[in-house]
Amino acid sequence: MGYPHPSHPKENPVLSKHFGDPEARSFDGWVKRGGYEGLRKVLRMSPEAVIEEIKTSGLRGRGGAGFPTGLKWSLMPKPDGRPHYLVCNADESEPGTFKDREIMRWTPHQLLEGCAIAAYAIQAERCYIYIRGEFTDPFQIMQQAVEEATAKGALGDNLLGSGKRIEVILHRGAGAYICGEETAMLNSIEGKRGNPRIKPPYPAQAGLFGMPTTINNVETLAAVPHIVIRGGEWYKGLSLSNPKSTGTKLISVCGHIQRPGNYEVTMGTPMKELIYDMCGGMRPGRTLKAVIPGGSSVPIMSAAEADECLLDYEGVVAKGSMLGSAGMIVMDDSTDMVYQIWRLARFYAHESCAQCTQCREGTAWSTRILERILAGKGKQEHFQLLLDLSDNMTGKTICVLSDSCAAPIVSGIQKFRHEFEAYIQGARVPAMAAV
Amino acid sequence: MMADELVNVTIDGLPVSVPKGTTIIEAAKMAGILVPHYCYHPSLSSPAVCRMCLVEVEKAPKLMPACVTQVAEGQVVNVDNEKAKKAREGVLELLLINHPLDCPICDQAGECELQNYVFQEGRAGTRYTEYPKRYSPVEDFGPDVLYVPNRCILCTRCVRFMEEVAEEPVLNVSERGDRAYIGIAAEQLLDHPWSGNVVDLCPVGSLISKDFLHKARAWDLDKTASVCPGCTQGCNITIDTRDDVVVRLRPRPNLEVNRHFMCDYGRMNYRWMNRGDRIEAPLIREGTRHMATDWDTALDRMGQLLRGISGPAAILATGRASTESLGLVRRMLSRLSVTAVVQVPTGEEAPLAGVPNLALRAERAANLAGAELLGYQADWEEGLRALPAAGLVIVLDADLSQSEQAMIAAAPASVVVMSTILPEGLRNAELVLPITTMAEENGTYVNRDHRIQRYNQAKSQPGMARPAWWIAGEVIAGPGPSPSAPATAAEAFELLGEGWPIFSGISYADMGYTGLVLGESSDARRERQPADLGAQ
Repeated sequence: MGYPHPSHPKENPVLSKHFGDPEARSFDGWVKRGGYEGLRKVLRMSPEAVIEEIKTSGLRGRGGAGFPTGLKWSLMPKPDGRPHYLVCNADESEPGTFKDREIMRWTPHQLLEGCAIAAYAIQAERCYIYIRGEFTDPFQIMQQAVEEATAKGALGDNLLGSGKRIEVILHRGAGAYICGEETAMLNSIEGKRGNPRIKPPYPAQAGLFGMPTTINNVETLAAVPHIVIRGGEWYKGLSLSNPKSTGTKLISVCGHIQRPGNYEVTMGTPMKELIYDMCGGMRPGRTLKAVIPGGSSVPIMSAAEADECLLDYEGVVAKGSMLGSAGMIVMDDSTDMVYQIWRLARFYAHESCAQCTQCREGTAWSTRILERILAGKGKQEHFQLLLDLSDNMTGKTICVLSDSCAAPIVSGIQKFRHEFEAYIQGARVPAMAAV
Repeated sequence: MMADELVNVTIDGLPVSVPKGTTIIEAAKMAGILVPHYCYHPSLSSPAVCRMCLVEVEKAPKLMPACVTQVAEGQVVNVDNEKAKKAREGVLELLLINHPLDCPICDQAGECELQNYVFQEGRAGTRYTEYPKRYSPVEDFGPDVLYVPNRCILCTRCVRFMEEVAEEPVLNVSERGDRAYIGIAAEQLLDHPWSGNVVDLCPVGSLISKDFLHKARAWDLDKTASVCPGCTQGCNITIDTRDDVVVRLRPRPNLEVNRHFMCDYGRMNYRWMNRGDRIEAPLIREGTRHMATDWDTALDRMGQLLRGISGPAAILATGRASTESLGLVRRMLSRLSVTAVVQVPTGEEAPLAGVPNLALRAERAANLAGAELLGYQADWEEGLRALPAAGLVIVLDADLSQSEQAMIAAAPASVVVMSTILPEGLRNAELVLPITTMAEENGTYVNRDHRIQRYNQAKSQPGMARPAWWIAGEVIAGPGPSPSAPATAAEAFELLGEGWPIFSGISYADMGYTGLVLGESSDARRERQPADLGAQ
């Protein structure tokens, strides 16, 4: 449901069905709503059969990359005595994204059940949930849920009497955006500086503490119990457009919109319906200018592109961007695009882990150029310089943070060049003091 | 890795076959191509963070870091290629935006990898013209190391050395983004006995040695391959001199002895090489005073002295005398019954944890093993006990305490001092023969693992000083022109084979610049050598 707003008929609440319902938070309340039935069912299946079911469902990673979840699980090596680990990425720090927070806040057991099933499937006995440090409320709720589930035997040494063991450890981040990158997260859990690792080796080969590890996003894991109970075929059927994008997706909508919030839609729903029907459209007298559809790391879409866009992995790519984490930032005609792009670049410059040269220096320099333009000191050469820098920052580093900084800059210059020109030619009053 | 599992790759058009598992950067090295790099170092782990070694691998969607990408059969790699060059130019431009360009006052200038690569393929001008450069003051990291954050390119070699090799992780990367810098743990100093290596590892002038600070420009230095005289480890070193003055010792790679490292004790142990109070001419005693003389006269006197002695003799030798000198001095007395001892100062052992069999050894005598092979004993007291009965005492550059000098002076023997410095208490010596230090001659040392290694002359000898082996060789050959006397250290070494079979059948050429293990067959040697591809 479009929490904090009531559910819209065009929504398809599966994961968000109980958002806003405090009773669903408790173990008993969750069981009353069908909770832990999925886990009970899975414990009678083989791990391979669980993975097959997830493969059938077509579930793809909800953290941003969209990697098929069943395939990811199947990449874990056969048990050879070494521990396997499941890591749940609950660091949700992508600007514009706030869906995992709501899952943890309202339905912690939905996530824990998903963790238990996934851990069972990849034959891990330990699951780390890495929660963003700023999420105080969700952390406390999750902590209580883990204690309760352990006390009731849904987690712990004897899972629902099956003899299986799954321990869940909550690990709080310390405020670094980069720790949401999966390999940086592994370093962070290990107590090291949160720097992304070089791949290969991939986490399934050598992940947490050097052991085979699977990392899944909160929303991905929360979808798992539903798939197990209702079947992979059911989930696969939830698709309005491209059969490669299945199920429902929580979209966090923020910005210049009447009803910002989380909306759960079937894959392939037109973006137009989300913006104008579910979210109530733009503010009075305002028109849509741009959308960043997948969290701040993806290219900016123009209003025309957004109007024709279907909300699934392929649909957004077809309109020149990416679905990412589906944190949708909606901007109306009052928006200063140069300022917005500068704000994003500044974020990446602040959060760069400083390993790779292009990212460490490139994000900061790009930010300074944008500052310069905003201060009315822009020059025509700055276009070429920004594009050169962005090219140098794309596809050349260990992780994609620097690519993420370049994406809004390049798409911004492509689609809103006239706004940059207005600053450079003095047609627009400087938005910042000279630097 | 089995040497027979070879992979064929083409790098910049050159075909090369390398063992499976080799990285592109090492394979390129074998093809004679240097892939520009900063963070990569063969003796450290590869974090692939500088992104300078990005190369084009045909069929790969992106440029690949050569330092961590392993070669694959049939791979075609392009280093000198437009895409890769553009990426390198981009990295260099970004590294320079905050780099101070204070090369004229930077110790690293001339041996700076940033300077070199920028000259090689960097942009001619900067586009970072509108902003001040980042500034942070110089920090004192410890006894010999200064950190200049402004010059730092954050390659993290120093951090990794302290963490992985010294296993004392006092350095770290602090802060994020372009505010990042190399930090040192609270209340800690960079005072590990091997910490000086971070200065060599630093590709730019960010970590610099206080000892070498502003002493010389790199391009004014003469560099000589040598072996550290500090202990029995035998680390390979380079002696850097400026106008005949030793200004710096640095490690020289030898994967089987010291990899790319040397300890701080060895590094700082060079000032004695520059001493000015040297004996510059042979001295013979006339009555109660010494008179300077020429070599012919001195050698004649030595010959007469030897012929006149019938009793036992004692040799008190320094542990940093060359194999050649120790051997020929010993042979010079072959007619006599000799007690030969070598001086072995001791100190605390300081291992480098991350490298097997590498330590600053407790025995601070570079040629202890060589001396022992030549019949010298490490029991110094034995030598002192032999003094009262000795007819002849030869002091071979030993460092003598005042009481030891008094004991020698009081002995009934004739005393010959073959030394660099004349001890005050031995002013009654029959004969004083000036010899060269290891920095002023060619020679060999045998390390504790019986590896014999050559060192070369790094500076000229003072006055008439000659290597001790030359003196002994001339005395053995007798007066007059003597073609049998060795004229070079290599010839002197060949003479050793006659008396000590372990040295026979090998020559200076066989030893090369990394030495060889005495008694090891050439097959065994070949077997061992390709094992490690980290050689530079």
